[in-house]
Amino acid sequence: MSLKTFSRGGVHPPEHKLSAGNKIIELPPPEVAVIPVAQHLGAPSKVLVNRGDQVKVGQLIAESAGFVSTNIHSSVSGKVLKVDQFMDSSGYRRLAVQIQVEGDQWLDTIDRSDDLVRNSVLPAEDIRKKILEAGIVGLGGATFPSHVKLMVPQGKTAEYLLINGVECEPYLTADHSLMMERSEELLSGIQLLMKGLGVEKAILGIENNKPDAIKKMQQVVQGSSVTVQGLKVKYPQGGEKQLVKALLKREVPSGGLPIDVGVVVFNVGTALATYEAVMKNRPLIDRVVTVTGKSLEKPSNFLVRIGTPVSYLIEQAGGLPENTAKVINGGPMMGKALSTIDIPVVKGSSGILLINETEARRKEVKPCIRCTKCVTVCPMGLEPYLLMTLSEKSLFERMEPEKVMDCIECGSCSYTCPSSRPLLDYIRLGKGEVGKIMRASLAV
Amino acid sequence: MSQIIIYTIITLVGIGAAAAIILYFVAQKFKVFEDPRIDEVEAALPAANCGGCGFPGCHNFAETLVKSENWDNLFCPVGGNETMAKAAAILGREAIEQAPRVAVVRCNGTPEFRPRVNSYDGAHTCAIVHSLYTGEAGCPFGCLGEGDCVVVCDFDAIHMDPDTDLPVVIDDKCTACGACVEACPRDIIELRKKNKKDRKIFVSCINEEKGAVAKKNCSVACIGCSKCFKVCPHEAITMENNKAFIDSDKCKLCRKCVAVCPTSAILELNFPPPRKKEPVEASETKTD
Repeated sequence: MSLKTFSRGGVHPPEHKLSAGNKIIELPPPEVAVIPVAQHLGAPSKVLVNRGDQVKVGQLIAESAGFVSTNIHSSVSGKVLKVDQFMDSSGYRRLAVQIQVEGDQWLDTIDRSDDLVRNSVLPAEDIRKKILEAGIVGLGGATFPSHVKLMVPQGKTAEYLLINGVECEPYLTADHSLMMERSEELLSGIQLLMKGLGVEKAILGIENNKPDAIKKMQQVVQGSSVTVQGLKVKYPQGGEKQLVKALLKREVPSGGLPIDVGVVVFNVGTALATYEAVMKNRPLIDRVVTVTGKSLEKPSNFLVRIGTPVSYLIEQAGGLPENTAKVINGGPMMGKALSTIDIPVVKGSSGILLINETEARRKEVKPCIRCTKCVTVCPMGLEPYLLMTLSEKSLFERMEPEKVMDCIECGSCSYTCPSSRPLLDYIRLGKGEVGKIMRASLAV
Repeated sequence: MSQIIIYTIITLVGIGAAAAIILYFVAQKFKVFEDPRIDEVEAALPAANCGGCGFPGCHNFAETLVKSENWDNLFCPVGGNETMAKAAAILGREAIEQAPRVAVVRCNGTPEFRPRVNSYDGAHTCAIVHSLYTGEAGCPFGCLGEGDCVVVCDFDAIHMDPDTDLPVVIDDKCTACGACVEACPRDIIELRKKNKKDRKIFVSCINEEKGAVAKKNCSVACIGCSKCFKVCPHEAITMENNKAFIDSDKCKLCRKCVAVCPTSAILELNFPPPRKKEPVEASETKTD
């Protein structure tokens, strides 16, 4: 089988997939769960419960508040302790529902059996409705509400559904384990998404560092209209624009979306959640999170309820090693260091990475030596050194013509910089400011 | 040989004369008339080009002064009333007087009062830290200590105190141009009325969290208890979003609020030590 990849830029950081091949372990619910109402891109959901209310697993506790928004369900059963401000991953306080867990009572409508259900008779519209009802968002990390993606804008047509099984971030193995253990359900989920989108062709892209997953999925998809394509290992292949380029050789235009070239991309986790929502009536209440790190005793893939504290996950993986210097929410390339581990797992949490003292230290920032390595590795064809300087000098209006909004924040530039310059930090700041300027000019 | 030199001179003089005539007519045709008063007014301005007036530079400000009828929102904070009076004299009109102002840093979260709970090693600018998380101390409203305000100050009027990790304003140098106010991503710096001898009373905290949460992060946080609000005889204090605010235009510096504040969040600066008698303060409080 020939391996494909995207053409422009990219890096290959050491993979460190420590938890690869480890079975998914289902963790029991925590004692207290904290479920934020803003776990997705778009408008925060509207809380429906009050202090003292009894809730069951799968019960709707916050409803979609707008077109780009989604539902949030209780992941545990018990009593609502508080609807209040709780710390999120950035340390800022945001509205969340705190639930004291009592037992594990599920709504009767949810099918909890392991039986595989195939061949849905539901029309496409109902599939989309179920996805919204179940509160499904992109589980690759961007957490964009999935039902919105399934609605193809007028004048555009979807031709391909791409399923992202790339998992190009080092250390993370959550999607890998899903493909290995839930392959049949995954296929069913992909077929549901195809139906919801109205496309005939789907391609599942998997990087070549997971040969077992490629083999397994190839066996499973035989006889269906889904194909599996192996990909050369290169970061950031999991970015949707890079994946479209790698699998179909199509270039998403600047400022555009994959639908502009007739493609919609979903993560494998999202496809599985779709299967559970449509076939099993099970809302998105849990997800697989990789807890990993070189000093960690048991790097694992845990199936955890949304709202479980991160500290509980680390405890289950053997406890916080003494030499831990940073706890990263996500992978090492795009993840963010946490200032506290008393925060809940949310829909977008893909991994918890513990970094020890020797790895964590940032190198001293030195002057730019104009080597243009950052330009070479940028998968979007930008000039990171220039964007950083513009941002540093607050010349935000000059950043827009330099296409700063195309930046996917993959961090390849910062990773490769021999002077250890914080390129992405400044570019992200500039992106935020340019976004503000653009919104302000739209509002006028 | 000499002929060549003569021809050369004649030709060059000819070209020069022709070019001069063309340029003269072009200059007449495309002449832009500028009010000569603009330059006069500009000469009276401080030439700091700091942008404190809201215009990109002193020239633009001078132009606006000359052209606009209404001067309500036009003021040069650097030059102050003196400069505005000069500009007004040139234009033969009255200047609007404004009380001089000074930048005040409304955070007192030194490491002692506000312990650092994590360490940050990313890019050292407040704007980035603020966009990433709450900062090294847990307070989501407090000073981040990376010194964005110091970088933007054109007058060398603000610097970081290494002991407190907080910016310090040098009142004599501060021109109230507002650059630091703009630069602070947390809106901690405020321009307040300048009092005699640089005396100041202000709530040195802008935390909007509930008292218990705020207190956990910082022992000198404003907890929104409203004690100062109740004691103020001049109605200078307002309570909003769990925090007190003292309006510097209404405050008479009586210091009653300082005494009642349970967390010492209200600071008094540049007052003489308490033992000495203060005739100014005493008379002011008595008159009310």
